[in-house]
Amino acid sequence: MPETINTGDTAWTLMSAALVMFMTIGLGVFYAGLVRAKNSLNTFMMCVAALAVVTVSWSLIGYSLAFGDGSGFIGNFDYVALKDVGFEPYGEQTVPHMVFFVFQATFCILTAALVSGAVVERMRFLPYLGFIALWSILIYPVMAHWVFGGGFLQENGTLDFAGGVPVEMGSGFTALAAAIVVGRRMDYGRRAPLLPHSTPLVLLGAGILWFGWFGFNGGSGIGTNQNGVLAFVNTLLTPAVCLLTWFMLDLIRGRKVTAVGAATAIIVGCVGITPAGGFVSPGWAMALGVIVAIPSYLLIVWRPRTRVDETLDVLAAHGLAGFVGILFIGFVAQADWNGISDGLLYGESALLGDQALAALVAPLYAFGATFVLLKLMSFGFRLRVTEREEAIGLDVTQHGEEAYISGEGAILIEPHESDQRGQRVLAGEAAV
Amino acid sequence: MKLVIGIVRPEKANDVLEALYKCEVSGLSMSRVQGHGGELDQVQTYRGTTVKMELSDKVRFDIAVSDDFVDTTITALCDGARTGEVGDGKIFVLPLERAVRIRTGETDMAAVTPVGA
Repeated sequence: MPETINTGDTAWTLMSAALVMFMTIGLGVFYAGLVRAKNSLNTFMMCVAALAVVTVSWSLIGYSLAFGDGSGFIGNFDYVALKDVGFEPYGEQTVPHMVFFVFQATFCILTAALVSGAVVERMRFLPYLGFIALWSILIYPVMAHWVFGGGFLQENGTLDFAGGVPVEMGSGFTALAAAIVVGRRMDYGRRAPLLPHSTPLVLLGAGILWFGWFGFNGGSGIGTNQNGVLAFVNTLLTPAVCLLTWFMLDLIRGRKVTAVGAATAIIVGCVGITPAGGFVSPGWAMALGVIVAIPSYLLIVWRPRTRVDETLDVLAAHGLAGFVGILFIGFVAQADWNGISDGLLYGESALLGDQALAALVAPLYAFGATFVLLKLMSFGFRLRVTEREEAIGLDVTQHGEEAYISGEGAILIEPHESDQRGQRVLAGEAAV
Repeated sequence: MKLVIGIVRPEKANDVLEALYKCEVSGLSMSRVQGHGGELDQVQTYRGTTVKMELSDKVRFDIAVSDDFVDTTITALCDGARTGEVGDGKIFVLPLERAVRIRTGETDMAAVTPVGA
């Protein structure tokens, strides 16, 4: 290993990458629980597919477009197919470049999987694979470059600790565009209720996500430095307060604390602290738990009353909460805690402007670019399943499997009985 | 007084309920059943095992109605459940000997909905 490598930093970043990778599975559990039983496998598979597709697209080109030197807008082709991504650190870091690569890869995978929440229960599987492949090359790396790869927001002084711009606003506003282009489910807004089929799965998934988020935020210092440690601690504080706030809001609205609401609150809290984690004091992180809950709660209550079937509320839980988190830094950042910059309440007004710029351009790019990309795809491919397939469910029509199968009435086609006789003969011979 | 049994696609169950409520047939039971009509079998594969599902999920409605409401109920079931594809289901109408409303002890016509028809 090169001498500038710090083994403690490297160990924690490796562990964090594994934690974030598991978030994609946690998200699959969370999303699968939120949809109807007949679509739960397809929904889960959309997250699993991101692990396959985005790992490849990110390694081949996405990483280079995000972290290559390039311009203020986008990186370059220096690291295409992981060329020169080896043991020497990236920039001033203290971990091998390839460790930083794998950590960032898990972010892009998770973000692509997040977007699926907008189109579940009706989008065809193969066009979805094509969409996330293109999205993880054309859209995510651009926003990651802006804040992490030396792009214009980073140069400008915008603070985004763990991905409020590319991950949270990126996924949220992408989701809005995707929901509009793909269109609403045929049962949406009709009498038929579209309810979560397994609330325990929803809570389990949210729990896995929160657990993984300690790596997502806590690892974003790329080492065990002060900012990383602060972000780790704040990743417990903000979601906990957000959860408590959500309980209150639920009590006010319906006189009962709901489980699906609790799972949502965990996500909203984690998202809120994502950009701010390493920059605000623990006290302000707790205050953020209250502040971030309210707008997302209101949007989640209002959205199903609209014609936009942004099915699993990625916009409210990620886009809006990320937007609040990014702006929040501009008010309460403290150089005493983050070693970089003060916010408006601590006498520095410039930071808020930088944060506001990020909160403006990220939604515009994510929404606009995704809208154009999916529209173009829709001229070449049918993005949706047919109404009949939608009625039967995507598990059977897209994958030929069911999530909860009794086996009654299933007639064996393969293996044939003759195959098994053959195996018995072979087994008999082996025994002799 | 008849017992109308309707066996429909699960995904059309809500449409059927809506159609029944619209024509004021509100007393019914609903259960999930598995059955086989003429539809094509679904082929599913789990690792090395490939199966065809000979039974498909259906929803069964049991509706006791007065004679005047038999046609209305049948129309509602058809309207709600029809897609035009094989597998839309069946309706059976059976004579009903007796009906008792447990709460009041009312019998027969007074016990089935719609009351007073």
